[in-house]
Formats: sequence, C-alpha cells, structure tokens
Amino acid sequence: MYKILLATRYLVKRHITYFAVLAVALCVFIVVVVMTVLTGLVRDFKQKNHQFTGDCVVGTESLVGFAYYEDFVKLLEQTDFIEGISAVVKSYALISPLGTDQNIGVEIMGIDPVRHSRAAGFEQTLHHHKKDVERAFEPIYDPNLPGCVLGVDLALERDAKGNYDYGSSPARIAIAVTCFPLTAKGAPGRAGLGEVNTSTFYYSDTSHSGLARVDSSLVYLPFEQAQTLCGMAGPIKRANAIYIKFKPSIKLDTGCAKVATLWQKFKQEKAGEQQADLFETVAVQSWKDYRRAYIAAMEKEQTMMTAMFILVGITTVFIIFVVFYMIISHKSKDIGVLKSIGISNLNIVQLFMGFAFLVAVLGSAVGACSGWLFLRKINQIEKWLFVHFGFQLWDRTIYAIGDIPNQVEFDCLAIIILSAILACLAGALLPSWQTMRLKPVETLQVSRL
Amino acid sequence: MLKTEEIYKSYRMGAAEVKVLKGVNLIVEKGEFVAVVGASGSGKSTLLHILGALDRPDKGVVRFEGRDLSRFGAAELNRFRNKMVGFVFQFYHLLDELNVLENVFLPTMASKSILGWLACRRWAKDRARQLLAQLGLSDRAEHKPYQLSGGERQRVAIGRALMNQPRLLLADEPTGNLDSATGNVILDILEKLNRNGQTIVMVTHDQTIAQRAGRIIKLVDGKITAGNW
Repeated sequence: MYKILLATRYLVKRHITYFAVLAVALCVFIVVVVMTVLTGLVRDFKQKNHQFTGDCVVGTESLVGFAYYEDFVKLLEQTDFIEGISAVVKSYALISPLGTDQNIGVEIMGIDPVRHSRAAGFEQTLHHHKKDVERAFEPIYDPNLPGCVLGVDLALERDAKGNYDYGSSPARIAIAVTCFPLTAKGAPGRAGLGEVNTSTFYYSDTSHSGLARVDSSLVYLPFEQAQTLCGMAGPIKRANAIYIKFKPSIKLDTGCAKVATLWQKFKQEKAGEQQADLFETVAVQSWKDYRRAYIAAMEKEQTMMTAMFILVGITTVFIIFVVFYMIISHKSKDIGVLKSIGISNLNIVQLFMGFAFLVAVLGSAVGACSGWLFLRKINQIEKWLFVHFGFQLWDRTIYAIGDIPNQVEFDCLAIIILSAILACLAGALLPSWQTMRLKPVETLQVSRL
Repeated sequence: MLKTEEIYKSYRMGAAEVKVLKGVNLIVEKGEFVAVVGASGSGKSTLLHILGALDRPDKGVVRFEGRDLSRFGAAELNRFRNKMVGFVFQFYHLLDELNVLENVFLPTMASKSILGWLACRRWAKDRARQLLAQLGLSDRAEHKPYQLSGGERQRVAIGRALMNQPRLLLADEPTGNLDSATGNVILDILEKLNRNGQTIVMVTHDQTIAQRAGRIIKLVDGKITAGNW
C-alpha cells in the first residue's frame, strides 16, 4: 500500500515528473495522430483499389488478351459463390478532342457498365449516371451518340478545396480514340492498312474512383467497341481480364482458390483449341495481388513510419531514464529511510517501477485524449488554416485526397499506449535497479546531507 | 537483550583502510537506557548501525535475544528492522511527501500487503494518533514535515520509531540538530519511554546529554573504555 501511496505522492509533488509525463504525452500524441492519418490513407487507398477491381481478377498483362472468356464467364455464372462478373478489354490509346491538336495517351477499358457495376462498383464512381448505370455510355445531350466515360481528372479540374464542377450535364465534347489493334499472335492487326483504329466517342460521364492514376488516365468505352478498336472482335473474341466479386459470406482466399481451380480445369478442357496458348499468360489473382504494385508503395511508407516511431520510442525511453535517474538521485535519503524501517530492496524497485507506470499511464492518457481530440477537429483546423493562411497539408489540386482520415483505430491505440508504458518501464528499470545497491548507512550519513 | 562479541569494522577511504571498531564487546539489558559517548570519528554511529542491522561487522557477533544477526537472511533482517528495532536519526529523515500521521504509521504500512493494510488501517491510524498525542503533536497530524520545527520533526521521528512497538529503540544523536531547550524536550520523552520499559541505546558526543541515560558507555578509538558490564 505504501508503494501506491508514495508513487502517487511522487507523481504529484515532484515537478520534474511533469516533464516525464509531458514527454510521454507528446510522443503518444505524435504517434496517434500520424499513425491514424497514415493508416487511414492506406486503408482508404486499399479500399479504393479493392472497389476498382472487385475481389478477384482472372487476367493477363498482355495486350493481346485471351480467348474463350465468354465460356469461362458462363462457367463462373453457374457457381453459387459469385455475385458479379465483368469481362474487360484493356489497352492503351491516344485521345484527341475533335477540333484540337491535343493528343493524350490514356488507358482504355472496355466494359459492360451494368456487369461492371456488379463486379467492381462502377456505378459508385459515376456522377451523371450513378442511378442509371445502364445508360452510362449515353450522353445526356444526345443518347444516340456513342458515349465514353472519362476519368474525372481527364475531364475536369479540381479546385483548391478538392471539389469538381460537374455542371448539370457533361459538356458536348467529341473525342477521337485511336488504338493499335493486335492479332492473337501479338502482331499489328491492320498491317499495311494504316495500322490504327480510330473511333469517335462523346463524353457522357466522369468516373471518380479516388485513385489518382486511374482518374487521370482511364477512359471507359462500351465493351464491344473497345474490342473492335483493339482488334479483339474477330471470329474468336478476346478480352484481357475478368473481374469477379464474391458473395459477402465468401472469404477472399477461399473464393480465389475456387476460381483458380475452375480456371485450371477450364484450361485443361480448352487445351487443344485454337489460341489456347494465350492462356499461358493468364493468372488468377486476388485484388491485393493484382494491385500489389500500387499498394506496396503505400505499405512501405507505413512500415518506414512505424520504424521511425520506434526511434521515437527509444527517445522516450532515454528521456524517462534521465528523469528517473535524477529523481532517484534526489531520493537516496528516502531510500535509506525506507530500508531502515525494513522495506526490502525488491520492494523499493517495485515502488519506483510503479511510479514509472503511473507516469506512463498518465502521459499516455493525456497524449491519447489530446490526439483523439485533435483528430476529431483536424479537418476543421485544416479548413481554417486554408481560409486564413492558404495552407493545406496536402494540396488538393495535386493529391487525390478528400478529408484527412481521422478515425482512431482502437487496437492501434491500445498498441501505442502499451508501447508507451513499456518504454517508460524500460527507461526506469536501470535507475530503479540501482537503488538495490544503495546502502542505508551511506545515504543516511550526516556528511552526505 | 542485546550482546556484541568482538565487533570489528573498517571502511575504505580511497586507498586507506580506516579501522572504526576494534573489538567492541557490549551488553544491553532489557529496559536499560544506555548512552554511547565518544568523540567524532570514535565509531559510535557505526556501532549503532551494526546493532540495528543497518550494517554488518567485518568480524564478531551481534546477538539479539540470543540470536546471531549474521545468520539472518535478507527477509528476516527486514523483519527485524521493521518490528524489533526503531531508529531515530539526527536529521529526523522524515519523508517529505507524507504528512505527519503517514510518516508515523509508515512502518506498519510497510509490513502489510494491501489487503493486510486495509484490514488493520484503522488500528494503525489510531495507534499513530495515540503516539502523536503522547508526543504532543495531535494538532499536527495533517501537516507536512516542512511545516514543523526541528523539535517537532524529531518527535515525529520518535513516533515512527515506536509505531511497531519495537523491543529496542536506537537513537543516533537525537538532539544533535536541536537547540538545548528543544533537545531537553526530546530527552524528557526518551526518559519517559524508558521509565515505561522501553530499551534505548542512544549515541551522543555530549557528556551532559549522556548523563540523562541510565548507563554511559565510553567509546574511544573503536574500543569501549568504560561503562560496559
């Protein structure tokens, strides 16, 4: 009981402990805020990537694509664990608004908008046709014209607040889309005949996926027309990928394993068919593996940030060590008194470790509460700074970020607080252990006062 | 009650070894008030620390109620210091963060677990208040040590030393830091305790203070020269 009494009295009465509490609070505050924002950004980024691709992709990186995708789609439709399937044509093209000399290199994706909405949430990204996705490729100003959906950053400019001016309907803009068609062998499809396919489409809607690269360089086209542009619409039709969404009850790994099994079986069945060699480049991947190249960069930043915070933790340990060394040096007389009334060395170590624990708990509580409060208001603070000083943490005209993520994850918070407590205990351990070597006779000598 | 046999003790001061006690034989009977007198550096405080198991002799035996203290383990020595012996130091050595009442009942709190303390805290606080009343400090129970005079602090230290009803009270220059009037008050208290049966060993360099004890032992150059049985 005396340990609790003395530890709490030391905490309250010794002003130097306030510095230790402040150090812990500051470290916890920084880690909570930065980790919440960074974790939120990574989580948002992963979510957006997940939404963009669905759960599983059967596809090839080759621009040639693969054949018999319709047969595999029919096979998938017969299963009971799949909610949505969308075949996709992917290639590269040049787009040029008619009447201008502009040429922009883009990626084109040929889709069926309804199927793609079921598999990859396409309708959520639209603006004008969010509620009637089946008409995504019908311009509002003339539904008979062939439409195309542009990535939002291709069609519009972001203002400083990160908003787009969509207007009541898309501007009537005709866009020439020029593509290199390829044969099943990968050779140019129109060799000797001009080598390119060009079609004119009309801007019918924008797609805002939240992924900067996608929104600034992707053009969605109707599936069949994209196939024709890319030379994939011959007697044996080809596609580049099949996007799949599982039913909610199906785990990702389980679903992907089932699709992989089906694909292997399908490959074997089609082994002797024409263009079956194109299957060699086809892989079945979960959305995480499919978008690994993009997600890995963010995860690496998160890992680096975590490593940096370990350094912050070491700094906390050192600060606590110094503070406790000073406190215990000043408390040598008290230690002598406690030993003279029969308190054991181990109990004195426990006393100071308990004191360190209180410092850690108080500092963590202050840091965590301050961090949580700050995060609740972080977007308002940024808006206020922007209005009064023109300052933004991320320039919204450059970065595809909406509000700064501010949802504290409580398991992450628990880990941070636990780490702070362990850091404090580690810092106080050596000075506390040194009290065992103090002899009461020496500390209570008149000459030492 | 207390017996020492050929106690030797020396300390290292840099490269030199200083022999402080050179074969001290001492007997203290129950209920005695013994004063150990000696000049500064004669070894009297060292002897007191050895009697209270705060230090170990290099050679020789200390027997408390027939038991050799050198055979005590660490836990037993702690129990001995907590229950059998009460220390009063020249500079009081109260804990600044605790009030007077808490300083007095600290030895009892130190010997109990949390549950044990919860069971006996009422008794402990009552006993502490009783001691403070006997020492004339009833109205100072909630004060902190820095709010007390030297004499009051020394009385609190005496109260702390008596809390667990020790068999032996060891006082190291208890009036050394006090003026003569205040010192006399402290000595009156010690005399009164002794009349009530408390065994006391007091160390002092002052012959007049030593006269207040029942028996005077002279320590010169680490040896007892007079007053021993």
